[in-house]
Amino acid sequence: MKARVFYRTLLGFGIAYLFLPVFVVVAFSFNDLQGRRNVSWEGFTLRHWAEPFKITGLSDAVLNSLTIAFLSALISTILGTLIALALVRYRFRGRSATNLMLFLPMASPEVVTGSALLTLFIVAQVGRGYMTVLLAHILFNLSYTVVTVRARIVGFDRHLEEAAMDLYANEWQTFRRVTLPMIMPGVLAAFMLAFALSFDDFVITNFNSGSLQTFPIFVYGATKRGVPPQVNVLGTMIFVAMVVATTVFLVVQGRRKKAEP
Amino acid sequence: MTARTDAAERADRRRRRVPYLLMAPGLIWLFLFYVLPMFRLVITSLQEGSLERGYTFTGNFDSYASVFTTYLPQLRNSLLFAFGATVIGLLVAYPLAYAIAFHTSRWKTLFLLLIIVPLLVPFLLRTLAWRVILADQGLVVSFLKTIGLLSESGRLLSTGWAVLAGLVYNYLAFITLPIYISLDKIEPALLEAANDLYATPWTAFRKVTLPLSMPGIISGTLLTFIPAAGDYVNVELLGNRNWTMMGNVIQSKFLVIIDYPAAAAISFTLMAIIVTMVIIYVRRVGTEELLT
Repeated sequence: MKARVFYRTLLGFGIAYLFLPVFVVVAFSFNDLQGRRNVSWEGFTLRHWAEPFKITGLSDAVLNSLTIAFLSALISTILGTLIALALVRYRFRGRSATNLMLFLPMASPEVVTGSALLTLFIVAQVGRGYMTVLLAHILFNLSYTVVTVRARIVGFDRHLEEAAMDLYANEWQTFRRVTLPMIMPGVLAAFMLAFALSFDDFVITNFNSGSLQTFPIFVYGATKRGVPPQVNVLGTMIFVAMVVATTVFLVVQGRRKKAEP
Repeated sequence: MTARTDAAERADRRRRRVPYLLMAPGLIWLFLFYVLPMFRLVITSLQEGSLERGYTFTGNFDSYASVFTTYLPQLRNSLLFAFGATVIGLLVAYPLAYAIAFHTSRWKTLFLLLIIVPLLVPFLLRTLAWRVILADQGLVVSFLKTIGLLSESGRLLSTGWAVLAGLVYNYLAFITLPIYISLDKIEPALLEAANDLYATPWTAFRKVTLPLSMPGIISGTLLTFIPAAGDYVNVELLGNRNWTMMGNVIQSKFLVIIDYPAAAAISFTLMAIIVTMVIIYVRRVGTEELLT
């Protein structure tokens, strides 16, 4: 009984600690500040929520972040799913080399990956902007999508695919009708993770963005002049949207699991 | 007869090619945008010249010498902060993961979600929030002054402590989750057996739970140490000039001062140090495959 109280208290403190900055971010989107520095509480207002896109450049930055996150998540999830299928389904030479290749980008600090890409773009004389950021985001998402999809494939029954093949489905039909629906939860989870990672990336983007503005780049630039409260408004919106998306995903997953025998 | 075996052989050969075809696009991507850039980074670090005259490859190692002379303090700060954030992170994360794994019963998923949800607030905004929390007039500072842990003129913001706090906070979920996953896999029967054999709770923890949670501890600490060692945002937003890290130097040399060879040398050194430490660490503690 005592242990239970102890662990409940511990969890309470832990969660409170983790949510403290979240609370601050949300609260300061309602701050009625007079100057430029949004760092101390000056009263409640809804005016920043009434005009979230008032700041020049901020809405463009958010739009860039959203499209880059979507495209990089889509492409990296496709590439990652293919690799995951190959790794789980086939025995082949070069497996451990492939695993190492996938592990290295995850084990590299972002400054190193970002700066290495920069040296390549400089020597290849590629202008930095939307494309270079997109290429970089697909790269750092790739390993995470492989790991996520792979975790799902490992646990599922091969016999269903064999049954489909026995019933004269060709490989493509088997993939589309049997394999893909079964691994879909893993694929979706990979997409969501990649989207979140891309949207939030600052360091690698900063090295390869040139004059392109993304949401994190805009926020970083604004720290020098004072971060407008609209940044908190948009941050809160993004946060709520992502929490809703995650919850819906989990609820649907939970229902399906119960429906399965 | 031969025609049949030919066809079978062809089908077999095709099958053997399938995994390579599946992986080709992704692996080409990794080669072009990870392997190639890393080579380019090394070549750049061995160049000489200036922005005006251009850089030429001379195989000159001078840029590396400066890493261990001029930038020794930054190197020390990087390792110090990364080490500190990892140790404190582990001390905070382990009890949290333990509580979720063994003491939440049917609310497990909810608590796990609560650990992850703060990550959905953009990283820079979370870090900026600590500016407000640790501000000179803030509650934390006045509380620490009241209990005498901070002198009357003392502050937290723009100190090394704030940087450490930011690093611990930002990577806490990444250390908690892997530990939780390995704790959650432990068979309750093993702990019951320990209990039946008259092990005290502490002995059972030391001999059963802790060793079985080792894979989680290893990946969790790596997931904190590596990004923390390369971080420069926390220093930039919460610290001061005296605490700059390797990341700050790399960032400013590449994007502000424009001294590519020096920047590349520092960047590659950071990578080499981290890889070496990771290999030694993993060998020491021993684990089979990190990726799975």
